[in-house]
Amino acid sequence: MKGNKKDKLFQWTAGIVLTIGGILFVLPFFWMILSSFKMESEVIQIPPTLWPKEFTMENYKNLFENMNFGVYLKNTLIIVLFSFFGMFLNAMAGFGFAKYNFKGKESTFLLVLATMMIPSQVTMIPVYLILNKMNLTDTMLGIVLPGLVGAFGIFLFRQFMTTIPDEILEATRLDGASEFRIFLQIILPVSKPILAVQGILAFIGGWNSFLWPLIMANNERLYTLSVGLSLLKSQYGGNFALQMAGATFMVMPVIIIFIIFQKNIIENYTTSGSK
Amino acid sequence: MKSFTSRKAPYLFIAPAIILLTLFSLLPILVALFISFTDMDLAGLADYSNLSFIGFKNYIEVLADPVFLKAIFNTLFYVIVGVPLVIVTSLGVALLINLGVSKVFKVFRVVYYLPSVTNVVAVAVVWTYLYNPAFGLFNYILESMNLSAIPWLTEPTVAKVSLILMALWRAVGLNMIIFIAALQGIPRSYYEAAQLDGANTWQQVTKITVPMLRFAIFFVSITTMIGWLQFFEEPFIMTKGGPLDGTMSAALFIYKNGFQLSNFGYAAAGSFILFIAVIAVTLVQYRMQSKESDY
Repeated sequence: MKGNKKDKLFQWTAGIVLTIGGILFVLPFFWMILSSFKMESEVIQIPPTLWPKEFTMENYKNLFENMNFGVYLKNTLIIVLFSFFGMFLNAMAGFGFAKYNFKGKESTFLLVLATMMIPSQVTMIPVYLILNKMNLTDTMLGIVLPGLVGAFGIFLFRQFMTTIPDEILEATRLDGASEFRIFLQIILPVSKPILAVQGILAFIGGWNSFLWPLIMANNERLYTLSVGLSLLKSQYGGNFALQMAGATFMVMPVIIIFIIFQKNIIENYTTSGSK
Repeated sequence: MKSFTSRKAPYLFIAPAIILLTLFSLLPILVALFISFTDMDLAGLADYSNLSFIGFKNYIEVLADPVFLKAIFNTLFYVIVGVPLVIVTSLGVALLINLGVSKVFKVFRVVYYLPSVTNVVAVAVVWTYLYNPAFGLFNYILESMNLSAIPWLTEPTVAKVSLILMALWRAVGLNMIIFIAALQGIPRSYYEAAQLDGANTWQQVTKITVPMLRFAIFFVSITTMIGWLQFFEEPFIMTKGGPLDGTMSAALFIYKNGFQLSNFGYAAAGSFILFIAVIAVTLVQYRMQSKESDY
């Protein structure tokens, strides 16, 4: 091959540029984690230390003992559970659109896609008013209902389920299974790959939920971790070590899950993007 | 179990999702349009008989509100600076990763994607600390290189740029993945033909890769632009719109008027103007895209 030397030079340059950029990209995480183990006095010390002089768990203890992070964690996990239920509803709708012919199918599906275009700032006030009318403000149901289903999820499920051969469904139907059993026992197991990806995204979405709980919850009883952390920032603005512990606690589970499943997530985007 | 007869089945499968989407996505558009013509506030919320129809008053007032105009200006600033920055950076990273042969390059996909999945509140809290003028890491690094400190979040224009930098850091990952997907869709034979003609890497990138990525670039620029038009969490948590409303975004303006001041009608009018802007931008982009692909 001609120009081999040039190619090698390019590979090295690309590698070095990406490494420097990569270091810059992980630097904020690195700084956040290390600072969360520092004493408050060390965090505001000049010049700053990189490595904590003395590792302390004090900030984390403080979060749970004095800052209600236990309650926030519980609420966040409830929202995560609901988002899995929402994923199930998305899968059902995706199946309905993928495997049946019915009147109004095309126009309904277009309507679903159209909801992706609507900015959340436009719907946030009316949705608040609607939930207020339903007496659901300041309830967990009011927090989870508006985000339960989503057009993007329905779309992805439909795309995947269209590829499942009809013969499998027909064979099961002949055995006398109901349509809902076909969905539960045939479609869902076959859809494992897409369920895995959507499940991870549902977890991340639920875990990170912020704006709606902020609007809906009137007191700390219903706050999520995100809302609690933003509250912490406005009330303990100067206490950086504590804030960094809160941020680390929020970010680490997602990072760990992402690193374990990154292949599924990235590959899913890559394949659905190139189609 | 014969509760699902096959004719009703499809409707029963899609019903829950359709009902929820109608109730919380489609119906709200109509409600928003309606209340934007009323003086809906806390009194109106408690008792609808307190509500009166005031025509275009909200729209006229919001368009004359200096804070709203500031928010629109800032939002345009975010879009004009932010969109090209996101496209160039994520495309650059995608190209470098895609042209890399070694397995190591796959690790970079994870590294650059990581900020995209993390919690925006946590990230904003961390960056506020990094940007802190006295104890922040960034100014410490600058000063240790004998450069002057930067007023990251305390000067209106610099604060906008600081928020953009942070949002860029979060935006690169997902867009890079979209570009990598598109890059992998370009047939190898194009490059082989170009190599036979003696084209170097740079020529291949500019003459084949970038033109073939036109659709991906279009997609990323539309979604990024819509994202910037709705920019909210970062200014909300890091600067609360300040200093001097210098980072106030249109979305934050709507939130503040709606939920902190309870001027629902007024905020709804603002949100409709934002909605129209989003649609207009999308249509203009779409027009430009279809014109370009004509030749």
